[in-house]
Amino acid sequence: MAIKRLGTSTYQFDNVHIISTAAVGGPKEGQGPLGADFDRIWPSELNDYDSFETAERHLLFESQTLAVEKAKQSWDNIDLVMGGDLLDQLATTNFAAREHQRPLIGLFSACAVFTEGLGLGAMTIAGGGPHGVLVSAASHHMAAERQFRFPIELGYQRTPTAAWTATAAGTCLLGRVNEDHPERVRVESVTFGRVVDWGSKDPNDMGTAMAPAAFDTIRRHLEETGRSIDDYDRVYTGDLGVFGLQILSRLAQKNGLSWEAHLDDCGRALYAIKEQDVHNGGSGAGCSASVFSGFIYHRMKKRQWHKVLLVATGALFSPTTYQQGESIPCIAHAVSVEYP
Amino acid sequence: MATKSQHQTDEMQEYQKMAQEMRPKKPLLKNVLLAFFIGGFISEVGQGVQWFFMQHGMSAKEATSPVTVVMIGLGALLTGLGWYDRVVKYGGMGGSLPVTGFANAMVAPAMEFRTEGLVLGVGAKLFTVAGPVLAYGLAAAFVVGLIRWLVTGVA
Repeated sequence: MAIKRLGTSTYQFDNVHIISTAAVGGPKEGQGPLGADFDRIWPSELNDYDSFETAERHLLFESQTLAVEKAKQSWDNIDLVMGGDLLDQLATTNFAAREHQRPLIGLFSACAVFTEGLGLGAMTIAGGGPHGVLVSAASHHMAAERQFRFPIELGYQRTPTAAWTATAAGTCLLGRVNEDHPERVRVESVTFGRVVDWGSKDPNDMGTAMAPAAFDTIRRHLEETGRSIDDYDRVYTGDLGVFGLQILSRLAQKNGLSWEAHLDDCGRALYAIKEQDVHNGGSGAGCSASVFSGFIYHRMKKRQWHKVLLVATGALFSPTTYQQGESIPCIAHAVSVEYP
Repeated sequence: MATKSQHQTDEMQEYQKMAQEMRPKKPLLKNVLLAFFIGGFISEVGQGVQWFFMQHGMSAKEATSPVTVVMIGLGALLTGLGWYDRVVKYGGMGGSLPVTGFANAMVAPAMEFRTEGLVLGVGAKLFTVAGPVLAYGLAAAFVVGLIRWLVTGVA
C-alpha cells in the first residue's frame, strides 16, 4: 500500500518526492540571514503593484511559476494546486489561481497551512491520484498588518513577544519519481494536528498560544512513528519565534523530554532578530513555506541534514473572536522529509 | 461546546503561569523615560508655537486654536512622510497623547484605505482608530460640563 496509517493521526508514504521548490521574499527578508536562500527578492514591499493585497498574490504566483519552471515543466503538467494564505476569503490563493487556471484546493489553517498542504498533497499522490501537486503558502507584512492590526502609518509600540509577519511565499512541487530519475528529497510522513487551546488570549504573544499545539503534534508524531527526537537532524517549528521556542523546550522538559538541541524555528531563522528589530521573529503563512522551500531544502540537498521535521504552527483566531474575548485556538501539522 | 468561559485544567493554568514568568519584560524604565522626553519635546514645540502667536499680538487664549491647527498639521505631515510611526515606536504614549498623535490616528487610516476608494475606503474607515477616542471624549466632556453647570451654574 502506498499510504500506511500509523497510530491515529500519522500517515506514511512510499513514493512522494519534492520535484522542485521556490521561495520569493520581500526586501526585509532579503536582508536577513537567509536572504541568499531565496530565489528572488523584491526591491520593495509593493514592487510597483497597486495595493499590498495585489502584491501578495503576485508574490505567491511568482513563487508558484518559479517552482514549475525549475522543475522544467509547464503549468499543464500540474494536476492540482493546494495552499493557503492569511487574507480574508483566501483571496491571495484564489486570485493567483485565476492566473494559473489549474484545479485548486484552497486550504486554511493560518500559518500552519504549508505543512497541511504538504501532508494532504502527499496523501493524494501516494493514494494514486494526481501526479504533480503544487503546494504553496504566502503572506505579506503590510496586508496582514492591515487586516489583523493597525493602519501601517499608525504609530504604536510592539511588545517584546510580538511577531513580524513575513513578506514571503514558498512553493514545493510534489510528485512521484521514476527509478531512472536522480534521487530527490522525499516526503516521508505527515502527522495532522488537532486544535489545542490552553487559554492564551494575547495576539501579541502567539508563541505562548501555539507552543502547546506544536508540543502535542511533535509528541504524537514521535509516538506514532516510534521515533525519538534524535532521529531527526532538525525539528523546525513554523513561527513560534524566540520566546515560543523557549517555552516549547520547557514544556518538553516538564514532560521529561529533552528536545532543545534539535529544535529551531523558521520565524527565528528568517531574520536577524535584534538588528532587524523583529522582536519575537517572523510569522505568517509564507514564513515556514519560504524558509522550508529555500533554506531547509538547500541544506538537505547539500546533505547537511538528512531528516527534518517541519512543524508549521497556526493561531486560528480572527479579529472578531479576539474582540469578543475568546482565547486563541492553535494547530500544528508536522511533515517529515528525508534525503538519505 | 467550549466557550470563553471554558474550564482551564491545572496543566493549562500552570502553563500560563510558567509563560508569564518566562515572558521577556517590557523595558519599562527606558519606555517611561523615552515617553517623557519625546512627549515633552513635542509639548515644547507646541509651547514655542504658542509664543510665536502671542508675540504677534494674540492672547494666550486666542493662540490656543491656531497652535492646535499647526500641531495637527505637523503631525499629519510627519505621518504622510512615514516618520510619525517611528516617533510613537520610541515615544509610546509620549507620541500618541499629544494632538500630533491624534493627527497620526486620523491620517494613517486616511492614507491606508485609499486603495478601497474614497467612500467605502477613506470615508468609512477614517475614524477606525480615532473613533473611540472621539466618542468617549465627547461623552466625558458632556458629563464634566454637566457637573460644572450643576456646581458652578456656569454653562
